[in-house]
Amino acid sequence: MILHNLKRSFVALFLGMMGKAAWADYQLNIPVGPDETSRLIYDFHMYAIWICVGIAVVVFGVMFYSIINHRKSKHPVPATFHENTLLEVVWTIIPVLILIGIAVPATKALIKIEDTSDSDMTIKVTGYQWKWLYEYPEEGIKFFSSLDAASNEARQIGSGIDPETVPNYLLNVDHPLVVPINKKIRFQITAADVLHAWWVPAFGWKKDAIPGFMNAAWVKIEKPGIYRGQCAELCGRDHGYMPIVVKAVTEEEYNSWVAQWKQEHAGMQVSSEEWTLDSAMNLGKAAYNTHCASCHQADGSGITGTFPALVGSAVVTGDLDQNLEVVLEGKGAMPAFGADQNISDEDLAAIVTYIRNAFGNETGDLVKPEDIADIR
Amino acid sequence: MATVADTHGVEHEHGPAKGIMRWITTTNHKDIGTLYLCFAMAMFLVGGAMALIIRAELYQPGLQLVDPHFFNQMTTLHALIMVFGAVMPAFAGFANWMIPPMIGAPDMALPRLNNWSFWVLPFAATLLVITLFLEGGAVASGWTLYPPLVLQMGDSLPFTIFTVHLLGLSSIMASINIIVTIFNLRAPGMTMMKMPMFVWTWLITAFLLILVMPVLAGAVTMLLTDKFFDTSFFNAAGGGDPVLFQHLFWFFGHPEVYIIVLPAFGIISHVIPVFSRKPLFGKNSMVFATAVIGILSMIVWAHHQYTVGMPVPAELYFMYATMLIAVPTGVKVFNWLATMWKGSLTFETPMLHAMGFLVLFVFGGFTGIMMSQAPADLYYHDNYFIVAHFHYTLVGGGVWGIFAGFFFWLPKWTGRMYDERLGKLHFWLSFLGFNLLFMPQHFLGLAGMPRRIPDYAVQFTEFNQMSTVGAFIFGFAQLLLIYIAYKAIKGEGEKATDEVWEGAKSHGLEWSLSSPMPYHHSFEGVDISKAIKDE
Repeated sequence: MILHNLKRSFVALFLGMMGKAAWADYQLNIPVGPDETSRLIYDFHMYAIWICVGIAVVVFGVMFYSIINHRKSKHPVPATFHENTLLEVVWTIIPVLILIGIAVPATKALIKIEDTSDSDMTIKVTGYQWKWLYEYPEEGIKFFSSLDAASNEARQIGSGIDPETVPNYLLNVDHPLVVPINKKIRFQITAADVLHAWWVPAFGWKKDAIPGFMNAAWVKIEKPGIYRGQCAELCGRDHGYMPIVVKAVTEEEYNSWVAQWKQEHAGMQVSSEEWTLDSAMNLGKAAYNTHCASCHQADGSGITGTFPALVGSAVVTGDLDQNLEVVLEGKGAMPAFGADQNISDEDLAAIVTYIRNAFGNETGDLVKPEDIADIR
Repeated sequence: MATVADTHGVEHEHGPAKGIMRWITTTNHKDIGTLYLCFAMAMFLVGGAMALIIRAELYQPGLQLVDPHFFNQMTTLHALIMVFGAVMPAFAGFANWMIPPMIGAPDMALPRLNNWSFWVLPFAATLLVITLFLEGGAVASGWTLYPPLVLQMGDSLPFTIFTVHLLGLSSIMASINIIVTIFNLRAPGMTMMKMPMFVWTWLITAFLLILVMPVLAGAVTMLLTDKFFDTSFFNAAGGGDPVLFQHLFWFFGHPEVYIIVLPAFGIISHVIPVFSRKPLFGKNSMVFATAVIGILSMIVWAHHQYTVGMPVPAELYFMYATMLIAVPTGVKVFNWLATMWKGSLTFETPMLHAMGFLVLFVFGGFTGIMMSQAPADLYYHDNYFIVAHFHYTLVGGGVWGIFAGFFFWLPKWTGRMYDERLGKLHFWLSFLGFNLLFMPQHFLGLAGMPRRIPDYAVQFTEFNQMSTVGAFIFGFAQLLLIYIAYKAIKGEGEKATDEVWEGAKSHGLEWSLSSPMPYHHSFEGVDISKAIKDE
């Protein structure tokens, strides 16, 4: 407690010197999360810290005692000893004993954290550049989750938006992962393109998402709440912009969320009559923000020299077939979206319709899901 | 021994050649040592400038200065340049300057190889730095070059891979030279167990380099064929395994951190006894501890991969093996403390740096013990806690070893004492700047900030600002180091005595030579066995 207050006042003093009046809630230690894995990790972390503090007191104590009392002015004639077998044996054995004292609880904790058996439900997490795909195989639910529009706008160079004014800057998404509390949830974690790592600090662990591999981890959340995290393995340009938001709710709320999701997405198989320019544009805007905006930007302006602008682009305003080819088969750094079965024909048709009619591009083209299905 | 010396004795009367050709064609171990050190200093500034770009961008949330892709290029190049361009060549420079006089040898055993192993480096570094100007920029995958991300890089990838090959070539040639010199050119009476610690640590380092550099070269060559010849070593869709690269990389990468820090251990084992006016405590156990660290360093690599989804027994094995390294490392620290104990200590700049080394390295050791623990590492992995940890060990250990060695031996090389007041100023600015730079990063990591991100959530602002202020203090303090070296080389400052430091003569052969050391063969054909102190 005293240590904590000291640190606070140090921080306050430092910030005072820099002339900054207010400061956000900073945090000094691992959060104690709402679940067992997090507490295991936190407890072990504290145990290891206190052992290190103990050793540090002895080692630095001896060192500074010697620096102060054995300096030439106080201790002009040096001793001449240069070995002592007993001492050397003692300071080899004591560290071994301390290490055993650390290894035993570490082994127990690790075995518990890695035990994903007897889970109540499974959620599959797939890392993409730069978003997450969440799937609930038991419910047939599947959706992408990417950085929210407010953060995405503020994070651009020269946006002129103060991140302090954006709620949960960089830690907010369009579609959070919704999970029930008090259920042992087994996560199956993989990736579609490059390595990612799924990390919510409140749960303690992180797990790498590796293309071609399926990793497992678990959590059993005890308190409803919103838990935020980020990708923790460098995955390219926008590695810093693929947050994770987990919304833990009671079982009833979860069930009604599932029902609502299913209802909303039941009408996804739209008939051709309902597929109008307006409906496609609406669907397209949402899908574009999920799949395209991190590179081409929400307003289609791109990033000069890296990601082409879609505003007035020759491809987007030109031949439709060529446009479809680029979207479905990829080009250069752009992935082949047609190859990814997790993106539906409806979404792709809506995206192409959207980019050909938004941002001042006025081709009037309406792409239908069947058109995409034919090519795929 | 005598014949080697005789054939070279002809040149003895000549001083160094004049002009630029002296440096290009030199086979003199002292000249090559100087070249290595100058190159390391230049790279230290380049890598440091990159670090300052990183820290400037991280001063506040939001993107102000650079594109995220360029930010990733900076983190990648900063690490590659600091590890391969600054720290390793600096230790090679010390090895060139000091190993022959320490063992009573006339020069390195293979002088032309020595020249070549240095002159490969500037070309390798140029090749790496020019990738910044290629289309798509430099490699932006982190210095670990993990596939599949690294395979998304453009033209910079083959350049970077070739750079790694050249750097490996240089390291292996230098290592062979050091091993051959130590095994063959020791003066009569200089038995293996009488060899000074710096020579011992470099001998073990050289063996580590020869063992692991080819593994890295092989791994990056597999990246090259995956990218250009359609192989699938690391491509799961083709039956390969992306995690295999991580195993190969860290089989090189973990010994690499000891390659960086073992020679620093050696330097500290010289500095502390001289300024404690006492012989090194437990010399034999120091040698064994170094050897044990070297061996253990090769069997613990996967503690860098606790989160990749290894089976639990594998995680446990790597955890236990990693913890074992704390034992020999502890022995070294306790021996240093016992050397100081009841000594007669003075704190000239080299000793200050040795104390700085002890404080920082031991602190990094504590966070190392914490991170060796697989359950806790699931949290620490890839967040700022690890960034703080490895800078405490590699900068606090490696670079502080270089600082200590530089001030310790500079008078022996130039014949002039450096400016002690400026030296102390450099130490304190560096030490305070460094701690302000990296101490807050521990808290950032614990609070949940991942590494390698150009922008962050607003609750991380305060500690990032401290860190950036510290970075600029630490960075600009190094200009002082250049000025101090410049003054000493110019011949300003008090003339150094032969033993330089009070009583240093009883601590090694090198202190019995004149200051500066004779340009040609320091020792030749002389039986100096009587001069070697029998401990």
